[in-house]
Amino acid sequence: MLEGLLIGLQTALSIKMLIVVIGGCLIGTFIGMLPGLGPMSIIAIMIPVAISMGDPAAALILLAGVYYGAIFGGSTSSILLNAPGVAGTVATSFDGYPMTQQGKAGKALTIAAIASFCGGTFSAILLMIFAPMLSSVALLFHSAEYFALMIVGLSAIAAFAGKGQVAKAILMTTIGLIMATVGEGALFNMPRFTMGIMDLQSGFGFITLAMAMFALPEALFLVLLPKTVGGSGNGAIKDLRISRSEARSIAPVIFRQSIQGFFIGVLPGAGATIASFLGYAVERNIAPKEEQKQFGKGSIKGLAAPETANNAACTGSFVPLLTLGIPGSGTTAILLGALIALNVSPGPRLMIDEPQIFWSVIISMYIGNLVLLVLNLPLIPYIAKVLSVPRNYLIPFIMFFTLMGAYIGQNNATELLLLVGFGVCATALKFANYPLAPLLIGFILGGMIEDNFSRSMQLYDGVAFIWERPMTLGLLMIAALLIVLPTWNSHRAQKNRPGKADGD
Amino acid sequence: MALDRWIALIFLGICLAYGYTAWFNMDGGLAPFMKRNPIWPSTFPKLLSLLGIVTSLIILFGLEKHEQEMGEIDYRRLLDYKIGQAIGLLVLMGLYALTLKSLGFLLSTASFLIMGAYILGERKWIVMILIGAITSFCVWYLVSEILNIYMRPWPRGFGLWN
Repeated sequence: MLEGLLIGLQTALSIKMLIVVIGGCLIGTFIGMLPGLGPMSIIAIMIPVAISMGDPAAALILLAGVYYGAIFGGSTSSILLNAPGVAGTVATSFDGYPMTQQGKAGKALTIAAIASFCGGTFSAILLMIFAPMLSSVALLFHSAEYFALMIVGLSAIAAFAGKGQVAKAILMTTIGLIMATVGEGALFNMPRFTMGIMDLQSGFGFITLAMAMFALPEALFLVLLPKTVGGSGNGAIKDLRISRSEARSIAPVIFRQSIQGFFIGVLPGAGATIASFLGYAVERNIAPKEEQKQFGKGSIKGLAAPETANNAACTGSFVPLLTLGIPGSGTTAILLGALIALNVSPGPRLMIDEPQIFWSVIISMYIGNLVLLVLNLPLIPYIAKVLSVPRNYLIPFIMFFTLMGAYIGQNNATELLLLVGFGVCATALKFANYPLAPLLIGFILGGMIEDNFSRSMQLYDGVAFIWERPMTLGLLMIAALLIVLPTWNSHRAQKNRPGKADGD
Repeated sequence: MALDRWIALIFLGICLAYGYTAWFNMDGGLAPFMKRNPIWPSTFPKLLSLLGIVTSLIILFGLEKHEQEMGEIDYRRLLDYKIGQAIGLLVLMGLYALTLKSLGFLLSTASFLIMGAYILGERKWIVMILIGAITSFCVWYLVSEILNIYMRPWPRGFGLWN
């Protein structure tokens, strides 16, 4: 291992590679900040550039830098505009945006930068230790467990996003899952629920839906309620520093979430998105009672948890890619495509046959995280200047970038009309206090859940996999508990409230 | 009836229509060999429709007790807010979607930004036109020339581009 590490250091610390990492991180951050352009589209756009470099190690380092930068840039727009362009940073906006509204945008961005840095660095160490071993753990999971794991993820999301209204959250999740079944699935090769409309053959676009659920209602609320624009009023970002007690309170969160996020990222299918939501849910549940109330209203723990977890999961998702050659997420699937185009086949033999690629990628993760911290922390006040733009110009700009995000990905103007239509629906749902995040997560996971469900049904010729595989059964029981407990708790709280007659 | 119950009613309708398709309409065209499969294309949708119907009924009949909580905006006083501006901007977005291809990116984007600011009450025409023009050009240059995603800059038949 030491020998490989030295080879990696030698490769990654050459001037060329350093420039590549810095360039990748900068491009990723700036494009990732635009709501709507997520890491997947940015990486897809950068692939021609990477391939033209001709050096697989440099290409992979560039794309990894872009990936980290995009996740970081995405959290910036989540915090400042409540417009997450990336599913992985949706959870960041839960507490990041309230902080902006309270005029603490500078602090929020600092916490996000530090949490990302720590998450990325910790998990890179874990990757170095576990990559060789973890391949066997990931292999233990069959599709039945993946199915159950995703159900756990969805129930956790429904349980905490509902704020005591679990039925609404479950309904929204179900609607998201239903929307994911529209179009042509890979498994059955036949169009479903398209109502004969050609544009629905390929299903609804993820970015369109994400924009419609988050960015557009937010922009409309800014129009309807003029006073909330800019949060702090003048948009000046002051107070970038965090106090010692704040640092002490988020340190354990960062430590736990680096580890948890990393391991979730390792599991194929469960990438940065699930890691960030689960991280948020776990930290909310283990926080003391009075801090729990702060979650969703600008809690620093609630911001640090998803930020750490999504970066750690990004690193974790490289494990199955590098050791098994199996992409764990959409982004790593695109990376896999780029590697194959460069004549490198990732897999268990990569470490032995081409150690300079394997190790230089890992070393470049440290460098990339350092670059993000060093470059972005001083840049934060400038990045945040977005907030001081007058409202009359800012709102059309947000709407324009929302539209562009959906347009660039698909190049289809019909998608824009869909976006406006969904946006109006989402605004109505927001009026009625329906949580919107579960719908989007259900939509993202829908295809994967159905694939894994179908595969386990086929393997076990029915639903027997639920009780024949103890791990599946255990996970599904956890999922059921997650749903039942909060319902039961709020039921009891309702009963014991003063002024209400007890049942007995 | 409160808005959230109306929405639950609409979702109930959607789930019923979806469920009807999944339970009764989808399996007809299934190939015979597929019917021996434990999983059909309609299996997962069938489960989803049941889940959706049950949860929307729970909300519709208010079976889950929770504290009545008002959102950021009281929808019953919608007219007190700047609803006119919001509708204006939505219409503008629709128009932008419809004219993006025919007017070309530069003209439609510039006019979207100018009209958007106008609807919100801005009247400094020179600033508005400058910002609209500069932004649309910069974004077009970035996307089209640097990222290499083609977007038609001018109207069709302008002569310079096709």
